[in-house]
Amino acid sequence: MTVDQPRNGGVGPLTLTVPAFVGLVFLVGPLIGLLLRTPWLRLPELLADPAVADALRLSLVASAIATALCLLLGVPLAWLLVQPGLPGRPVLRALITVPLVMPPVVGGVALLMLLGRNGVLGAPLAALTGITIPFTTTAVVLAEAFVALPFLVLSVEGALRSADRRYEEAAATLGADRLTVFRRVTVPLVLPGIASGAVLAWARALGEFGATVTFAGSFPGRTQTMPVAVYLALESNPEAALALSVILLLVSVLLLGLLRDRWISR
Amino acid sequence: MNRRLSRSCGLLLVVFLTMTGCAGSGAEGSDRRVMVFAAASLTEVFRTVAEDFERKHPDTDVVLSFGSSATLARQLREGAPADVFAAADRRTVAMVTDAGLAPGNPPLFARNRLQIVVPAANPGKVRGLPDLARAELVVALCAPSVPCGAAAQKALRAANLSVRPDSYEKDVKAALAKVVLGEVDAALVYHTDVLAAGDKVIGIELPVAARVTNDYPIAVLRHAANQRAAEAFVAYLRSPAGRRTLSGAGFETP
Repeated sequence: MTVDQPRNGGVGPLTLTVPAFVGLVFLVGPLIGLLLRTPWLRLPELLADPAVADALRLSLVASAIATALCLLLGVPLAWLLVQPGLPGRPVLRALITVPLVMPPVVGGVALLMLLGRNGVLGAPLAALTGITIPFTTTAVVLAEAFVALPFLVLSVEGALRSADRRYEEAAATLGADRLTVFRRVTVPLVLPGIASGAVLAWARALGEFGATVTFAGSFPGRTQTMPVAVYLALESNPEAALALSVILLLVSVLLLGLLRDRWISR
Repeated sequence: MNRRLSRSCGLLLVVFLTMTGCAGSGAEGSDRRVMVFAAASLTEVFRTVAEDFERKHPDTDVVLSFGSSATLARQLREGAPADVFAAADRRTVAMVTDAGLAPGNPPLFARNRLQIVVPAANPGKVRGLPDLARAELVVALCAPSVPCGAAAQKALRAANLSVRPDSYEKDVKAALAKVVLGEVDAALVYHTDVLAAGDKVIGIELPVAARVTNDYPIAVLRHAANQRAAEAFVAYLRSPAGRRTLSGAGFETP
């Protein structure tokens, strides 16, 4: 019977390093394949297509608004989840997790049932104001926010749960009301959690496909986001699809890198 | 160290055997299985045809995969395993035959025509093709890359209309679904899709000048794992019984 000793400079037991390496190859391999097959020389020409700029702009704007919406609604929701003495907490958390595990297309159908022209809320809205939501950029933002919100809520909830409550209690003892405590103590305390939740939500929103095509449809410049454009281009012009994919990949990596420097690694 | 090495080698071996094991059992099952890739517009009628065919050939198992013909053609070119490809137009089947995956000039087994489809209540009060150009209507067309979208462009060009749809859908069933749900006022789909949706929708014929038809080719793929059963399926589809099922669903048969 021998005991494995961690040795300096060693990488550890092969039973762990081999699967770890396979896992890494599995994640990085497809990206390398994408980069190898990309028609780099024709890239400028393919990207000069105004449709590409339209899709990219729409994707960035819609995912940014969706992330802002998630922050606005998700941080208070996470706060609610960790309040002591909250009744039905497990049920509430399960409800919040449902959109996370549900296929996005189902999410799109559900949004249509609520907010579509004949939807539970959409029908009265259309009758009263003449406003219909499907097939608009608003629908894209809503679809993205719907699938992204759980990521933010769960991330912020985790941060709140592991935060030291004594600071809040101290602030309350010193006479701060609950909103002030939330604003001046709780939020700064869990800011890294909020930031990483926002990045996760944004990434999920940027890549959204199923709920978007179902609820918002696809029209260039209005509802056709990058993932939808990639899917449609794959049929008619695979080279353009590759070019779009590479751009989407670069933009994601670039923004993640920027945000990481600014926020996450604080 | 030695033991560690042998243990991880054992693990790799298990992984490897599982993978090859899977492939082996897949090959066994494929003796009985015919994989049919079919255009979205064939969804309902091919389900019926497959059931009838399986009843006559109890030892054969028909597996259907539906999608836009363009999507299926791309999957085939990327090596998707299929025995039969039934497309909604000649252009998409050519994507497969041109790549050498199936013999050229595959036979045609059905013909379909484009129609305007509106929700049963016809909220947009659509009477004909020119209505689709009305700005206040919510209109869905198929994406130009898929057969129903190409046909729609052809019809609109023939009628000299410029229509700005609210959405380009990825296949004909997606366009139909938006009408069934009442989210759009009109879409251009096939006559057979209008029939398949029953009383939830109404079909309106296109003006004679803009009438567009699609011919449906069917090809047995060169790499078909089950060539004999694939040929039998195609033969059944083109037999009087198969043609009866097709015309029952609203297709014209040659």
